[in-house]
Amino acid sequence: MNESTSKICPIIANHIKVALVGQPNVGKSMLINSISNAHLHVGNFSGVTVDKTEVLFDYKNHHFTVVDLPGTYAFTDYTIEERVTHKYLCAESYDLIINVVDSTNLAKNLQLTSELMSMSKDVVIALNMSDEAQKEGIEIDAEYMTQLLGVPCIKVSAQTKEGIDDLIDAVLTQYESEKQESKLIFSEAVEEEITVIVKYLEKHKYEANNSYRHVAINLLKNNPKTYKRIHENPIWTELQPILIEASRHVELHHDSDDIREAFAEEYASFNRGIVTEVVKQKKEQKEKTLTEKIDNVLIHQLFGIPIFLFFMWGLFQLTFEVGAIPMEYIDGFFAWLGDVVGATIANDDMRSLVVDGIIAGVGAIVLFTPNIIILFIGIALLEGTGYMSRVAFLLDGFFHKFGLHGQSFIPLVTGFGCSIPAYMSARILKNDRDRLLTLFIIGFMSCGAKLPVYVLFAGAFFSPEMAGNILFLIYIGGAMLGLIAAKILKLTAFKGEDEPFVMEMPKYRLPSVKLIWHTVLTKTMMYLKKAGTFIAAASILIWFLSNYPHNLELVQEYETKIEMAINEDEKIDFENQLAVEHLEQSYLGTIGKFSVPIFAPLGFDWKMSVALQAGLAAKEVVVSTLGVLYSLGADVDEEDSSLINAISKNISFPSAIAFIVVIMIYLPCLAASIVFTREAGGIRYFFYLLAFTSVTAYVMAYIAYNIVKLFSA
Amino acid sequence: MKTLKDCQKACVVKVVKLNAKSDLKQRLISFGIMKEAVIEIIEHAPAKSTIEVQVGKMKIALRAEEAGLIEVQKI
Ligand SMILES: Nc1nc2c(ncn2[C@@H]2O[C@H](COP(=O)(O)OP(=O)(O)O)[C@@H](O)[C@H]2O)c(=O)[nH]1
Ligand SMILES: [Mg+2]
Repeated sequence: MNESTSKICPIIANHIKVALVGQPNVGKSMLINSISNAHLHVGNFSGVTVDKTEVLFDYKNHHFTVVDLPGTYAFTDYTIEERVTHKYLCAESYDLIINVVDSTNLAKNLQLTSELMSMSKDVVIALNMSDEAQKEGIEIDAEYMTQLLGVPCIKVSAQTKEGIDDLIDAVLTQYESEKQESKLIFSEAVEEEITVIVKYLEKHKYEANNSYRHVAINLLKNNPKTYKRIHENPIWTELQPILIEASRHVELHHDSDDIREAFAEEYASFNRGIVTEVVKQKKEQKEKTLTEKIDNVLIHQLFGIPIFLFFMWGLFQLTFEVGAIPMEYIDGFFAWLGDVVGATIANDDMRSLVVDGIIAGVGAIVLFTPNIIILFIGIALLEGTGYMSRVAFLLDGFFHKFGLHGQSFIPLVTGFGCSIPAYMSARILKNDRDRLLTLFIIGFMSCGAKLPVYVLFAGAFFSPEMAGNILFLIYIGGAMLGLIAAKILKLTAFKGEDEPFVMEMPKYRLPSVKLIWHTVLTKTMMYLKKAGTFIAAASILIWFLSNYPHNLELVQEYETKIEMAINEDEKIDFENQLAVEHLEQSYLGTIGKFSVPIFAPLGFDWKMSVALQAGLAAKEVVVSTLGVLYSLGADVDEEDSSLINAISKNISFPSAIAFIVVIMIYLPCLAASIVFTREAGGIRYFFYLLAFTSVTAYVMAYIAYNIVKLFSA
Repeated sequence: MKTLKDCQKACVVKVVKLNAKSDLKQRLISFGIMKEAVIEIIEHAPAKSTIEVQVGKMKIALRAEEAGLIEVQKI
């Protein structure tokens, strides 16, 4: 009894909630990862974190909650992700702010810091990337900076984990001590006006939560909240003319009619002062930096895009070629497993459930793990090196012609991995129309779960030398279709002005092997976990639906036939016929037959129709369903039992092409559809998407089927 | 008045005025593109539709349309 209370009490007593704020790509998420044991997504471009995430950890008898917020350049609501941060900082309750800044570019980062310092919260500044700064010969005097700003500044490196403890100690000290007024100083003109306002507030003994200086600055900055409060106070009538006069002075001083611009300039000049005082650049770098040298090639006006296409092509070649090496072993392993496990189960139905249902279904998915891993490594490199933003830059002009935004490239590429994070990352787009448009075409970027289907069909119908090219073609083809779809949508449903394109280009970084390993491992484990749970369950369901009801008459009829068989061959023939007929009269067969007329114009048999519908739950299920269906009705011929062979034998080339086209275009999986609906902001968008993708998929597949049929006839 | 859009590669200029609307202007300012800032043109994307510039230590990509809103002066 006693023990449990003594355990609970300190949790309440020593709970510290910290908001992690900083500009995009300064290492906020990585810092949390190194403080705690979290595995937040880290990447080298703006817009990796688009929603807030909480991480809990203990340190020196304190319970910390750290909130990783999306990066924000300034206190504006420019994009949805910035809105998340701004809203959090203004409305939620937390104890203090850790402001993460990039030590290698202090001047720019301090712009946000100034704004944070003029809020009524304690701030601790984490001078991150100190390892990189050291390499670049940049030296920051953190102690002097602490003095000048009146805010603790701690050098850390999220990468080498240097200074992490100091940072948390500083947070603790700051938490336990009184709030200090920060030492932000403005130009004389502004300071004068602040004094005037402060004096006025003092004279009338205005009741404020913060210092008068703070109120005065907020009034000058047109802070709506402060205005609202003071508006209800009788002193307002007298104060108003003073404020108008003050603003006029400030604006005059800055030769601008925009008070926010004036203040930004104020902050900038204050920060320039700070930077001159505390930063020492040891060696002046006259020669080109590595980033510039690489960029000379990679974003070259002529070669940039071809180089990018070459990388993509190479990735899909690798995906197929290298991915195919372990495939044989995995396939062999599951065949062996099926035999071994099957031998231990006496009951026919049970054996069939385990071997033909679970092992065949899950095996079909696990088979493609090597391909998935290579694809994930490729995406992790694209995200981690900083190349992603370069491609967005290269493609913006091209994308713009199709009504898309250069930055749409980031969610679209993410979509090659999985549509769910892709839908989320569309938040980096400012304008809702562009964001919706991007959401609608993310599905055209074939996700990782579709890769097994493509690898299966490419392997079944093309020579190994060609298969990699075919994969590349499928992915590029999907992207092209997406662009055309975007253009059509832009001209019809999403008419309107274009969003401006202004994007930071991060410097190139070589992502550590550990980082890549973690990112890829997390995603691969998710894929395998899905295979073990969801896909296994779906396989059982498919097995059940395709095995029942048992038709005893049919079995008896064939048993007599088999007994009468004159030789082995005929016997096997009859056994196969029985399996096929049994499958056809099963529940699944009935459902499949029911939908066959719909898919007949595309050349699909009932098995393909069923696999396609099952894929609405998750794309992996397409392959596992085919795996179950073909292993049930499979040839007894031992050597030829692999799924690839079953596919190439049972499906005609034109139907296979049409099938791929449908898979490329039709509705994303259930989980992704839910996220889509949430991000788009209404169920009606889901129905638009359903209609849009279904019609497009059907029409395109129909065209593809007939063209291929014409040529292969 | 000359704008950033009219500048050639490797040109170094100083910002005189931002003609962008409030939102975009705020974003440009937070990227360090404000009055008196020194900008260097690094590269043009194909068809000159997009420009890469350097401000301080930061590299920024922006579209020609947006660059046209930034009045600059040779230095
Ligand atoms: N050298 C170095 N790189 C870092 C450090 N912290 C973060 N990075 C890199 O900076 C990039 C951005 O990191 P991320 O955590 O995603 O930034 P966020 O957008 O602020 O959350 C990644 O490529 C990291 O590998 C650091 O302390 N040193
Ligand atoms: Mg992040």
